Amino acid sequence: MDKWSLMTIAVLLGLTVRWTVSLGSYSGAGKPPMYGDYEAQRHWQEVTYNLPINQWYFNTSDNNLQYWGLDYPPLTAYHSLLCACIAKLINPDWIGLHTSRGYESQPHKLFMRATVFIADLLVYIPAVIMYCCYLKETSTKKKVSTALCVLLYPGLILIDHGHFQYNSVSLGFALWGVLFLSNNWDLLGSVAFCLAINYKQMELYHSLPFFCYLLGKCFKRGLTGKGLVLLIKIAVTVVAAFAMCWLPFCTEAEQILQVLRRLFPIDRGLFEDKVANIWCSLSVLIKIKNIISPQTQLKLSFAFTFLSLLPACIKLTLQPSLRGFKFALVSCALSFFLFSFQVHEKSVLLVSLPVCLIINEIPFMATWFLLVSTFSMLPLLLKDGLLLAYIGTTLAFLTVCTASFSIFEKTSAEDLQLKSFSLSIWGYIPWLKPFPKIVKSLFLVSITLMGVLSLSSATLNPPQKLPDLFPILVSVVSCLHFLIFLMYFNIVLLWDSRNSRNQKKTN
Amino acid sequence: MRPATAAFRTVPAGSPLPVCACAVAPQRFCQGGCDMAVAAAGGGSGGWFPALALGVSLLKCLLIPTYHSTDFEVHRNWLAITHNLPVSQWYYEATSEWTLDYPPFFAWFECALSHIAKYFDPEMLVIQNLNYASHATVLFQRLSVILTDTLFIYAVHECCRCVSGKRIGKDLLEKPMFVLAVLLLWNFGLLIVDHIHFQYNGFLFGLMLLSVARLFQERHLEGAALFAVLLHFKHIYIYVAPAYGVYLLRSYCFTENKADGSLKWSSFSFLRITLLGLIVCLVSALSLGPFIVLGQLPQLISRLFPFKRGLCHAYWAPNFWALYNAVDKALAVIGVKYKFLDPEKMQKAAMTGGLVQEFQHTVLPSVTPFATLICTVVSILPSVFCLWFKPQGPRGFLQCLILCALSSFMFGWHVHEKAILLAILPLSLLSVQRAKDAGLYLILTTTGHFSLFPLLFTAPELPIKILLMLLFTVYSFSSLRTLFRKNGPLLNWLEILYLTALVPLEIFCEIVFPLSPWKLKLPFIPLLLTSVYCALGITYAWLKLYVSVLTESATVRQKAE
Repeated sequence: MDKWSLMTIAVLLGLTVRWTVSLGSYSGAGKPPMYGDYEAQRHWQEVTYNLPINQWYFNTSDNNLQYWGLDYPPLTAYHSLLCACIAKLINPDWIGLHTSRGYESQPHKLFMRATVFIADLLVYIPAVIMYCCYLKETSTKKKVSTALCVLLYPGLILIDHGHFQYNSVSLGFALWGVLFLSNNWDLLGSVAFCLAINYKQMELYHSLPFFCYLLGKCFKRGLTGKGLVLLIKIAVTVVAAFAMCWLPFCTEAEQILQVLRRLFPIDRGLFEDKVANIWCSLSVLIKIKNIISPQTQLKLSFAFTFLSLLPACIKLTLQPSLRGFKFALVSCALSFFLFSFQVHEKSVLLVSLPVCLIINEIPFMATWFLLVSTFSMLPLLLKDGLLLAYIGTTLAFLTVCTASFSIFEKTSAEDLQLKSFSLSIWGYIPWLKPFPKIVKSLFLVSITLMGVLSLSSATLNPPQKLPDLFPILVSVVSCLHFLIFLMYFNIVLLWDSRNSRNQKKTN
Repeated sequence: MRPATAAFRTVPAGSPLPVCACAVAPQRFCQGGCDMAVAAAGGGSGGWFPALALGVSLLKCLLIPTYHSTDFEVHRNWLAITHNLPVSQWYYEATSEWTLDYPPFFAWFECALSHIAKYFDPEMLVIQNLNYASHATVLFQRLSVILTDTLFIYAVHECCRCVSGKRIGKDLLEKPMFVLAVLLLWNFGLLIVDHIHFQYNGFLFGLMLLSVARLFQERHLEGAALFAVLLHFKHIYIYVAPAYGVYLLRSYCFTENKADGSLKWSSFSFLRITLLGLIVCLVSALSLGPFIVLGQLPQLISRLFPFKRGLCHAYWAPNFWALYNAVDKALAVIGVKYKFLDPEKMQKAAMTGGLVQEFQHTVLPSVTPFATLICTVVSILPSVFCLWFKPQGPRGFLQCLILCALSSFMFGWHVHEKAILLAILPLSLLSVQRAKDAGLYLILTTTGHFSLFPLLFTAPELPIKILLMLLFTVYSFSSLRTLFRKNGPLLNWLEILYLTALVPLEIFCEIVFPLSPWKLKLPFIPLLLTSVYCALGITYAWLKLYVSVLTESATVRQKAE
């Protein structure tokens, strides 16, 4: 079968799963007074359609910021406005100022689901297809398998089409950025990434690798000649792209400052709900939120994030390579997720995206990580009534990954890209010999643990003394996984660059 | 290729379909030991079959929250009836309008299910709880369909073993057995009819495919027993019973042929026919026995064959009668316009008005159940004769089975559009074997599946049906084209044009029409267009298959001579 039929089939499968998930429940369905993210998105349509642009981010009599006030960058707001214009054509009740609050109906759900579906279809899916087609040194079959696995990644599907958000837009733009950079179209790549940041500020998790990679590229060309020209070009492009996005808000400084205050709410605390990051997990033992002042918390989290980012960023700047770039995206996003301030459980998607990009290089570890990342959002998904979709999509993803990459046969140190690392410590740790078997059994243990925890949190009632037992267990287990993954990704990244340098020397 | 073309010279010059005979040689059903095929299935990337089966089962699980039709309530009602009432009242109970109208085995099946159902939600087992559909009920009923499909999966596995695995060295995606597994397991029609619309066709087709596979493996008695059981699960399969009867009689009870391939009367085996008869009687006794003892057989028969329903189902199945009705309607309109007919005398018959199923023909003569029966029998006869006089082993049987299914679909009384699956699924087995059948399969499946679209009319399911249909169609076209790329194009330009026109038809019916002013005046137009347009394609496929079967056997015989 030719490449395009296979690719079409992969895309159609992805789309089918997306739409079936979207038939299910959404966040805050029928739960007044606050509802959930679905109502937030609808409310933003209402606000952006009915209010002048300079009131969008301000608390006014018509815009109560306590009730799902707009707290995403301008592109999200424009997108909401666009959706609102279409909604107006179909049924003006959906976006009536004040009157539409908490509006829910089957046709409206259909409309909202369709907006996500179309956004996904226009931004994210083409990027995935293009990315997989441009993969180097891979057979057609591998390219299609990669595309299928990426498109079936359950986390993104469940959050966007189940819980209800538009992550695929920002992630899609970021993916376009990676795609352009890997084809050496640095300026286009920067523009795409600027769009991503201006759609969701969380994309800043990815900003350091982008910055370091481009900077490293400039260094490589020599900061006095071509490199400088490139640097200036990129800088101008980025500034221009930002200016374009923020143009309507540039009327006065107060506007911009207010938007920034809305985007970075430092008064919201170290973490929210049950996140699988280090702070939430530690607070099982120590109540950090109560012991340390918010200001110190902020500094502490900044320090930790910075330290954990540092090695990857330095490596990338000194030796910018495409492969290193992808791994740095993973490890930086993961560091942000684990250590930074005010992290949502959904932010793990920002780590998952770059992991999806390296699924063809390290299928075993990538699959494992992607499963854990979906599992880490379990409490949220249960709250939204997406248990069935969670089970179905996760198992389907595992099946597809197992069938197309035969992951269980790729657990040797070489397959995990740990060859150079293990060579360098071979003399010190002799027990590494049965490595593949150990890794495989660890994987099975981890999967069983996740399965048991998923089932028990779905069916069992927690003991009365510990009402949050299962969510906390889920986040602690996922957090432990993530810490190990952070170490793993850093090791691969750091040892790889040393290895390639050695190779260059010998060459 | 050379020997095949040499054998070809015997084909008469005027024969319309000579090209594909050479395609038979490399891939045909292996009739005896299937060991090679098993080795091919097991070796190499062996995990593909479980992955395919698991994948589609998970997709079915994702379809649980989709829309379900009144058939859901039908089966819930049957669960309640069989759970609460003694056997003697099963076929008398009429609280709900959806009375039990399947044969006894199916009733026992529901009875067995109901004993699990009580752990999900006992309320669904109360007969008076009409239209009861709690979350647990939906979950239970949907899961029961998904789990009983295991039998279908097993049957598909057995069918794949019957496909010769001579192309071992090739890419997995280009192996006939892989293609067959996908075409059967991921069949669009079965997915939407069972897992969205809601019915239990999966395990029933599983029984049928399993019995076909057993016949291919020369385990005739097992095949016969399976089919007998199937008949007592759902009597619609009686349409293909002639194929079974004649094949078993001709190729199993007669152990030898004469040198020229004709019947050798002396080889008749009384032992074999006794065994067959015993099996059929035993199964029937198990199923009908209790009701005969209770003296309820007439009541049971009247429930199973409700001839009071109209010629066509609420939505016309795309068969001969759809064309007949359309011509009648067209003549009536033309007649009124040019004053041939008196509009006063004509009744405004509601053609597609849901429960109103009586349809008065205005110009052409009205059709009686008896007339349809005659038409069906006449249309089936040639294929059965062909099976008797020119036996070609299980292949010929399968062709006859498909022709029986298609013919009864074309002319039967009150045919449901879902009945087209009865022809599509067995034809999948043939399609991966020969280019000629592959072309036919593409026409029949694409049209037949498209004609199932009106089953799902709710807005949220619209994307699903289109996506699944595209998925299946893209796969079937590209995989079969790859499989037979040496045989040139599978379809001619006219067929391609016809199939492509389904796209604008769908756009018109689902998007343009609801926005147009005709929606209120002529609400039945989309259904009418769909069924008439699909009827053309299905009639064409039926005729083409008939011609190919009848002419092909002539060539094969000549070759033998």
